[in-house]
Amino acid sequence: MRLHLRSLLRLLFFALVVRPFLLIAIGLAVRHPERLPKNGPLIIAANHNSHLDTLALMALFPLRRLRRVHAVAAADYFLQNRFLKWFAVDLLGIIPVERGSGKGGKDPLAGALEALDRGEILIIFPEGSRGEPELRQAFKRGIGYIARRRPDVPVLPVFLRGFGRVLPKGDHLPVPFFCDIVVGAPMQGVGEGFMQRLEKAVDDLAAETPSPEWV
Amino acid sequence: MSGQTMIDFLAGRGVPVPLAATIAVILAGLVFASVFVRLRRPADEAGAAKRRELKARIRSWWVMVTILVAALLVGRTAMVVLFAFVSYLALKEYLTIIPTRRADRVVLLIAYLAVPIQYYWVGTAWYGMFVIFVPVYMFLILPGALVLRGETSGFLKAAGTLHWGLMIAVFALSHAAYLLAVPPPGSHEGTGAGLLVFLIVVTEFNDVAQFMCGRKFGRRKITPKVSPNKTVEGFLGGLVATVLLSAVLAPQLTPITMPAGAAIGALLAVAGFFGDIVMSAMKRDLGIKDTGTMLPGHGGILDRIDSLVFTAPLFFHTVRYFYF
Repeated sequence: MRLHLRSLLRLLFFALVVRPFLLIAIGLAVRHPERLPKNGPLIIAANHNSHLDTLALMALFPLRRLRRVHAVAAADYFLQNRFLKWFAVDLLGIIPVERGSGKGGKDPLAGALEALDRGEILIIFPEGSRGEPELRQAFKRGIGYIARRRPDVPVLPVFLRGFGRVLPKGDHLPVPFFCDIVVGAPMQGVGEGFMQRLEKAVDDLAAETPSPEWV
Repeated sequence: MSGQTMIDFLAGRGVPVPLAATIAVILAGLVFASVFVRLRRPADEAGAAKRRELKARIRSWWVMVTILVAALLVGRTAMVVLFAFVSYLALKEYLTIIPTRRADRVVLLIAYLAVPIQYYWVGTAWYGMFVIFVPVYMFLILPGALVLRGETSGFLKAAGTLHWGLMIAVFALSHAAYLLAVPPPGSHEGTGAGLLVFLIVVTEFNDVAQFMCGRKFGRRKITPKVSPNKTVEGFLGGLVATVLLSAVLAPQLTPITMPAGAAIGALLAVAGFFGDIVMSAMKRDLGIKDTGTMLPGHGGILDRIDSLVFTAPLFFHTVRYFYF
């Protein structure tokens, strides 16, 4: 029952708040939407500049599939207070991951791997945190660990442009700008140099949309 | 729906017959274009790509014409709201493609706020405020707000580009919507709507005519550095076609007589041409091809309204000075 209420709330939140916001305030343009697989398991790897990134990526999926889409996010940030925890875990359905853990015997990636095993879709930001707006930081290896342990799950590189201008880290007031999402071709998460290949894939997608300088 | 029932339907809703007939002709033209593009069989891959592009462009035309006609039928407030929304989209597109400073985020919100305010003057037909709000008040408010942010590096560029965007996307465009309120109360019903439809039809026709004449006869480039597709032949061919259309259409839709209509047609053709190349110069400066992706087959919204930005204020003041 509680689970149903949660899914309903998430559905309403996306139908009444997120989607209208993306339509009117942002005017989101999705390039190559046909590359987005309809079903999981799937790992979406995207650059990260704004809290809006998660919402925009989730909104790519039809409302009825929302409960099968989970962003993997840092536990220390999103579980820091009750409201944020409710918003992130209950409303958005994120999977919290302890950063830099591995001690204590508990597998920090267990939640993420279980979701993949259930055939669900994971959204991962390999940069770790949002960083400077509209600048890509080096990717962290967490996504590599997940991909290596589930070698059959495709990894989909995605590039997000503009959300860091709309709502950068440290700001609370969104300013309307047009944003783009560029969907890449699925790749296999195993083999030598996966992280370099992934970084290059995301950078190549970035080149598809022109960017004004941000000073 | 046949042409005659279409005209009867529109006329029954308070649209004057010539205006209804003009709309019927435009819709017939769109039907013809849609059928024509569907029947054409492309010979090769390049032809197929061209056909897809053309199809997308015609589909976008359908959307734009449908929304405009719907707003026309609902009434003046709907049209003002529609133009306010177009201004908002154009401003958002402009702010997206120009470089902005992070310190100015709040100032950008103030610039956005100018859209509903400007269109409030349009909606209430407060002419004095309408003509000075952006050129005077926003001109002072924006740098005032910018300076409070305390960032002096890039100040002039930020103030200049912001105000330019407001003039283009909000001030100039709002003249088109204000045409609805130009005829004094008691004028013939639909006079304002006639002026607006006349402006849009002639401006867009001129765009298409210059483009087609350029394609067909274009040889000598006018502005090779800005827009290599613009030719003397395209410009002159478009000008002649627009003068003819305007001379015929003006007496039907507006209080403008045939000779004056021809002169106004020439004015709109020249203004439209400049709007087009000015926006091209801006895009070239920014290193982009299109201003956006909102209108498949056209590019962004600024790509579509570039000539309207120049024709609307000129037509507005010409008509207001000579006829009302």
